[in-house]
Amino acid sequence: MSEKKTNRRDFLFTATYAVGAVGVGATIWPMIDQMNPDASVKALASTEVDVSTVTPGKTITVLWRGKPVFIRRRTQDEIAEARLVKLEDLKHPEKDEDRAKDPEWLVMLGVCTHLGCVPLDQKGDYNGWFCPCHGSHYDISGRIRKGPAPTNMEIPKYEFVNSNTIKIG
Amino acid sequence: MSDHEYTPKSKFGKWFNDRLPLLTLANHLTDYPTPKNLNYWWTFGGILTFCLITQIVTGLVLAMHYIAHADMAFDSVEHIMRDVNYGWLIRYIHANGASMFFLAVYIHIFRSLFYGSYKAPREIIWIIGIIIYLLMMAAAFMGYVLPWGQMSFWGATVITNLFSAIPLVGEGIVTWLWGGYSVDNPTLTRFFTLHYLIPFLILGLVVLHIWALHIPGNNNPVGIDIKKPSKDTVPFHPYIVIKDGFALLMFMIVFAFFVFYTPNILGHADNYIEADPLVTPAHIVPEWYLLPFYAILRSVPDKLLGVVAMLSAIFILAALPWLDTSKIRSAVFRPLYRQFYWILVADVLILGYVGAMPAEGLYLLVARIATAYYFLHFLVILPVLGFKERTLPLPLSITEPVLGGSPNLAAAKKKVSLNS
Amino acid sequence: MKNFFRILFLISLLIGFQYNSNAAEKVEYLKTDWSFKGLFGKFDRAALQRGYQVYTEVCSSCHSMKYLSYRNLAEKGGPEFSEEQAKAIAASFEVKDGPNADGDMFTRPGKLSDKFVMPYENKKAAQAANGGAYPPDMSVLVKARGGGVDYIYSLLQGYEDPPPGVTLDDGVYYNKYMYGNKIKMANQLSDGLVEYSDGTNATVEQMSKDVTTFLMWAAEPHLESRHQMGFKAIVYLIILTILVYFSMKKIWSRIKTEV
Repeated sequence: MSEKKTNRRDFLFTATYAVGAVGVGATIWPMIDQMNPDASVKALASTEVDVSTVTPGKTITVLWRGKPVFIRRRTQDEIAEARLVKLEDLKHPEKDEDRAKDPEWLVMLGVCTHLGCVPLDQKGDYNGWFCPCHGSHYDISGRIRKGPAPTNMEIPKYEFVNSNTIKIG
Repeated sequence: MSDHEYTPKSKFGKWFNDRLPLLTLANHLTDYPTPKNLNYWWTFGGILTFCLITQIVTGLVLAMHYIAHADMAFDSVEHIMRDVNYGWLIRYIHANGASMFFLAVYIHIFRSLFYGSYKAPREIIWIIGIIIYLLMMAAAFMGYVLPWGQMSFWGATVITNLFSAIPLVGEGIVTWLWGGYSVDNPTLTRFFTLHYLIPFLILGLVVLHIWALHIPGNNNPVGIDIKKPSKDTVPFHPYIVIKDGFALLMFMIVFAFFVFYTPNILGHADNYIEADPLVTPAHIVPEWYLLPFYAILRSVPDKLLGVVAMLSAIFILAALPWLDTSKIRSAVFRPLYRQFYWILVADVLILGYVGAMPAEGLYLLVARIATAYYFLHFLVILPVLGFKERTLPLPLSITEPVLGGSPNLAAAKKKVSLNS
Repeated sequence: MKNFFRILFLISLLIGFQYNSNAAEKVEYLKTDWSFKGLFGKFDRAALQRGYQVYTEVCSSCHSMKYLSYRNLAEKGGPEFSEEQAKAIAASFEVKDGPNADGDMFTRPGKLSDKFVMPYENKKAAQAANGGAYPPDMSVLVKARGGGVDYIYSLLQGYEDPPPGVTLDDGVYYNKYMYGNKIKMANQLSDGLVEYSDGTNATVEQMSKDVTTFLMWAAEPHLESRHQMGFKAIVYLIILTILVYFSMKKIWSRIKTEV
């Protein structure tokens, strides 16, 4: 058999394998993608929360995208305490001013950044939140101060629609 | 199983294979000596494996989104069709896949009938095949109930009511099947469970089916025993693999056409209406692949006997290796059987047609004649034919000429090549 | 190769069967050109938008479309209203929500994620308001009728005076395309009933065609991507089949035998 002939045969087989592999890949993708959030889940837009009844020193918890969101109306003492903390004392340095646009209102995802439990309100060594699962302590700005959690609790996208209503998402 | 001892080349391979001989199995499967004169009708075994895997994979995906509850099943199917990523594609593949599965299995069965593949020493392969076919019908029926449309509901009602034909205990069995006094949520959830289970039973039986096949080896269009391995055989890989692959791709083109361009043509419009226990659709028709049996059921004017006739029509197939008394396998060398074979094919197609039509007037008469002929074929024609028929002389091997150089050789050869 | 033609023949028989069984009741439907039929069929956007208008202004007072959401109106392959238009459409509906913190239900303007507002609370209410006949949900109506789009299109234009000898009860109308010819929905369409914003003349025929197109999309929202993907898939399969065919010829040429 001449060398030319061998090459052509090799090319034919290689091309067949390659084209076949593309097809297998294209077939597998829908089977994987079907597990991603579907159109109705993605469309679940924002939640609007009426905060007119929340007095200073109170926290309410609302559900947004299946997760708890803490909305705390902080007292003047708490605001002062949060703003006094030095950045170098923090594991995940963030200014309280950046976390709470309106200092009176702290809106954050109530999910511990360690493994996803919901921290308890007004507990822990720093007057903020305490996660009972693995002992992470958060301060009154929701910043991690002690324990295994790597970062501060997340601030979702939100805005005040009017003075009484917060729109999350 | 293997005709020669296999030793893996690598040290690790040998170590592993001594403990679990997977490599020996793989070697057996790739080297498996296959008759080289197999025609394309023999590719449907591979196609059926593809169908089963496709149904299992798409079915698993659908089960991730489907909700087996009478109040939510229909909604969840619409959710799959509209919102789930590629949900419409996966559901249409699954729904049309059932039809393609049956199309392939019917070709597979009729190939076996033509070439006498059910005869000794392959009776066990055949009987396992019939069990698989029965389980397929059960799975298809229960799967059709899951979308909880009008045909789902009324199909389930009608089919489960077949059991009420059993004397004395019939009514009790039906209530037990339903888990209530009508087809309702308990029925749906148990059908879902069983629909999920059956494909895996089929998968296990397919392994046995192939195992039983690999003991005597494949039958072939000439129907004579061959030595293996010999110059009459080729190793399964790559010869049969590539040929099966080619046929599978042709099959997939047809499949894709259904899925992408006429995804609902094989279904029934009424199944897009949510189940309503107060309204029965004008015509209750099973899926096309069950129509011949439905015609047999309706052609008998007695409830119990109708059910008996329908079940006998299926179970009679299991006795086929003993009903067919001819020692010659392939219809190529059986001129009379060949004609009766095609009459049977036509008979089953006619049964399918009248099964879709209202059971009245001429349709009913035709259904009765066709039913009678169906049983006549298996119970009278086949046993008698084995003794009476003058068969053509068989060749010595699939590559060598007939002993004595019969004048019929040319005709026989031509017939074989026509079928390839 | 011959065998494949035999198989194709069997398949065409199969389709023939099915076609026959579905069309047990044979009526000649009115014919029109549907843009979404065929290998590359796509919806006519303008017709979908007009069809939505007919649905909202005429059908929706009795017929629900419970599987559609307002967001669908802006999705690709549908009427493709702009996001802003779809938001405005959604906001024009009052949606029941709740319970709020006090445990009360309340109404608010619709959002994109809301399902189409239903005209009745439930099926029973719909029946009670319509003389016992339930106006079917229209989400999958096209697929739920044997004649599909042609049937719906014809039905909307099929109202006639009953032929002599046919008596109709109160609230029952004669329609030559309806199964059994008796229908509980009165003729809804008349020329100029709606005013199309794109200036199209709103004849009964035009409105029937538009609203039927809209219903087809509602039942098969992914029809366009299905057609596109189908064409690619089949072209791909043909190419691979040809490659495998030649590979097979090569492999089998090692031994002297025909494939």
